Amino acid sequence: MMVGQAMRDQQRELTVFRSRLMLSGLAILVAFGLLFARFMWLQVVQQSYYHTLAEQNRISVVPVVPNRGLILDRNGLVLAANYSAYTLEVTPSRVANVEHAIDELAHVVDVTPRDRRRFRKLMEESKNFESLPIRTRLSEEEVARFAVNRFRFPGFEIKARPFRSYPQGELASHAVGYIGRINDADVKRIEAAGLTTNYKGTDHIGKLGIEGAYEKELHGVTGSEQVEIDAGGRAIRSLSRNEPVSGNNLVMTLDLKLQKIAEDAFGDYKGGLVAIDPRNGEVLALVSRPGFDPNLFVDGIDPQSWDALNNSPDKPLNNRALRGQYPPGSTIKPFMALAALEYKKRSPEYTIADPGWFTLPGVAHRYGDWKKGGHGMVNMHKAIEQSCDTYFYGLANDMGIDLIHDFLTRFGFGSRTGIDIDGELPGLAPSQEWKQQRFHQKWYAGDTVSVGIGQGYMLATPLQLATATAILANGGRIVHPHLLKAIQDAKTREMHPAVLPPEDDHPAVKPENLALVRDAMVDVTKPGGTAVVAFANAPYAVAAKTGSAQVVGMKQGEKYDERRMKKEHWDNALFIAFAPADDPKIAVGVMVENGQHGGSTAAPIARKMFDYYLLGKEPPQAEKALPKPDESAPADAEEEHD
Amino acid sequence: MISRAFELLSRRIDGPLAAALALTISLGLAVVYSASAASMDRTFGQVRNLAIAAIAMWLFAQVHPRVLMQLALPTYIAGLGLLVGVALFGEIRNGARRWLNLGFTTIQPSEVMKIAVPLVLAWYFHRREEGLRLRDFVIAALILVIPVGLIARQPDLGTALLIFASGFFVIFLAGLSWKVLVSLVAAGAAAAPFVWSFLHDYQRQRVLTLLDPSQDPLGAGYHIIQSTIAIGSGGILGKGWLNGTQAQLDFVPERSTDFILAVFGEEFGLVGNIVLMVLYLLIIARGMMITANASTVFARLTAGAITLAFFTYAFVNMGMVTGILPVVGVPLPMVSYGGTALLSILAGFGILMSISTHKQLVAS
Repeated sequence: MMVGQAMRDQQRELTVFRSRLMLSGLAILVAFGLLFARFMWLQVVQQSYYHTLAEQNRISVVPVVPNRGLILDRNGLVLAANYSAYTLEVTPSRVANVEHAIDELAHVVDVTPRDRRRFRKLMEESKNFESLPIRTRLSEEEVARFAVNRFRFPGFEIKARPFRSYPQGELASHAVGYIGRINDADVKRIEAAGLTTNYKGTDHIGKLGIEGAYEKELHGVTGSEQVEIDAGGRAIRSLSRNEPVSGNNLVMTLDLKLQKIAEDAFGDYKGGLVAIDPRNGEVLALVSRPGFDPNLFVDGIDPQSWDALNNSPDKPLNNRALRGQYPPGSTIKPFMALAALEYKKRSPEYTIADPGWFTLPGVAHRYGDWKKGGHGMVNMHKAIEQSCDTYFYGLANDMGIDLIHDFLTRFGFGSRTGIDIDGELPGLAPSQEWKQQRFHQKWYAGDTVSVGIGQGYMLATPLQLATATAILANGGRIVHPHLLKAIQDAKTREMHPAVLPPEDDHPAVKPENLALVRDAMVDVTKPGGTAVVAFANAPYAVAAKTGSAQVVGMKQGEKYDERRMKKEHWDNALFIAFAPADDPKIAVGVMVENGQHGGSTAAPIARKMFDYYLLGKEPPQAEKALPKPDESAPADAEEEHD
Repeated sequence: MISRAFELLSRRIDGPLAAALALTISLGLAVVYSASAASMDRTFGQVRNLAIAAIAMWLFAQVHPRVLMQLALPTYIAGLGLLVGVALFGEIRNGARRWLNLGFTTIQPSEVMKIAVPLVLAWYFHRREEGLRLRDFVIAALILVIPVGLIARQPDLGTALLIFASGFFVIFLAGLSWKVLVSLVAAGAAAAPFVWSFLHDYQRQRVLTLLDPSQDPLGAGYHIIQSTIAIGSGGILGKGWLNGTQAQLDFVPERSTDFILAVFGEEFGLVGNIVLMVLYLLIIARGMMITANASTVFARLTAGAITLAFFTYAFVNMGMVTGILPVVGVPLPMVSYGGTALLSILAGFGILMSISTHKQLVAS
């Protein structure tokens, strides 16, 4: 009985087991059916969709950055060039502890404190997923050493990249400008110009000078390449390529040797200088001293160098040629004289007896002449030749400020010349209206008297002085100073001359008046003139005018005594000149800060330039000091100025 | 002489099962080679794993089911002890306490339980052959839930679920009444929100990501998105061996282990997937036949549980890689690279073979 029960139980258990096993089998079939359906859905129905996604995953279109155009001087000397070098780049988002990783890296390749500082600054300025250079210009050996250790540095990559270099270093840096890494403001400008696509892959953009102003020409057209990438974004192989178009080469109007002579001639003086070809407005030299090394900016300047440049009392980053607004001092006198002739306020013969000072009717204040005791009997010619202040005080007073303003404006004073690089300041040609607007004050007769000798409210940039001088030189034709001579098409190698604003052939002044002033200016460089020493034995005729302008105001009767003053309060020295006087080929405006006397510090600079430009004579030290463009090995350019 | 040796070696080996396993394993090796970027080192590593697992299978096949039954309880108790040891002294790797350092080697005791739990449950029901009562099922449930709970706490949700499944299969096949079953499911559904609150964040994330992988395309959803792209882009015929772009360009994560099906599906297409499913079904079908013909309760329940557990491994992995099940970290049986899972699976098949080849002796 018990056995039978057990048998039945066993039988029942077996039946239950079998049915449940069958059920499991069914469930398994259903489950595999479900999987099959899923495979069908993914691999048959949705296949093309997933195929597209897979292709998008693996194919990446990467930009191919064009070579930036070269910048050359008028004789073909290279001012800005490219070279290819290895950089070691880091994507911070892919590295857990960047500082630590760089410490490790320093065992493999050299990482200087300066590299670190620069990198830290870059990191602050950029987004974490961007690839940033920690080291540039790696040697072949360093590249090899890194390659061996590469597995230790995820997120670090060696890249071959084109670099900008400025083989001339400081020379002409204010005219050439520099490129720097694209910042947020640049991105906005690029977006506004609709150039976002063309700047894909481009890290750098022209910031200043020619580099900034002709960015569009220099950049070129970005190409593209389809590459197969892996999940880490590394390119595995190229699938197709659309070549980029290099940027156009720019030929500048600068004569690099002339520029070098001018910069050297400044010595340790600060100041600005512009030399213009009066026939066409080509800027032959554009000097702002002290200069800076544009190579420092190419890969993001490190904070220390930046602070040094930015906080220096000498303000090396300030382009004095365009942005230095100084009282023109006596260099304004030829223009004043011309104004008086044009407006018939003075005849050439009009003569005064100079007691050494000038007073306004009914006012006791004496406006002193630089020469104690005065110049004796003075007509216009002598007034220019000897720079007689008294003569011009009276002249200005008789003309009145508004006539002066109108006339000076015709020579470009008080407004931007429109030179083709950014940052120019307008200077100031004051008028009654201006003073009312600016200070809500009435114009006083005394204000006009100061303007008569280029002091008071009057301000001009070296560029304006040079431009106005060029107009004097070329017979009164307006010139448009410019730095671009021609654009060389990257593809065809054809030269396209720079497009200039239409020239106004109508002279600004009567030729006979101009001739009179020019004759007087020529005598400035002759015995009896204020620039005779600087131009002794010059085999060409030079028309010039010296000037010096107070940096600080002087009280009545106070005597200017350089020995009792700080150097930065010494007078600025000015000089304008053009030569040869009868057929001018070059006009300059020179401003030497705290140079005191135009004749002794500013004029010799012009002399050296004229000697070279007109006679081909080079100062002995200049020849060997000028770096040859072929030896512009970029490797040293940076270290030199470190 | 040679034929005698062969006879001795193959005496306890089930021919059809061994053939199906060999085919699947060969296919798996080819995929491992491709998934490891044609690395011979890794492929040979897998061959070594296979050799060890095959020896284990052969050894288990030699052991009489009766001996296994005798070993079931001691093994289970030892395994439980090790699990407690893990909970107390275990090593933490990747945020989970799963390993126990025994001085000479580190082991993962949960792997032992994959075999020990179904064995001990089968042993229990075998002993209770004469009329099962509800009390027996309660005890069985306890035997099951204690190790599963310990493993889930490590946390190792995938393994816990798989062990629970294999133990549950034993209980189910032993004849747990439908009434209890249905009420358990109902209770489970009711407890789901409660369980949810006990899940670790990463486990919740996995469930949420499963529901909508696009929520977190770079994090948790990345695996599923890339694996479905890989499989889907494979199409009907696949991109060809070693030619899967998703796989070879590193887009599929964990491509030689848990997500190896994505590599396989991309390179061999729908056709490959069907072949793989057919192979799995053949293995399962053979396992069911052995189960159906087993002569004792212990043998039946053990064989059934092993077969169904194998199915579960395959289904859960394929479901997870194709995006219809949560990502729980289960390898694709006999294809994924890795020794431990292979060892426990082939050991299980060794037991199946033992049951298959020893039944005549038992019957007589």
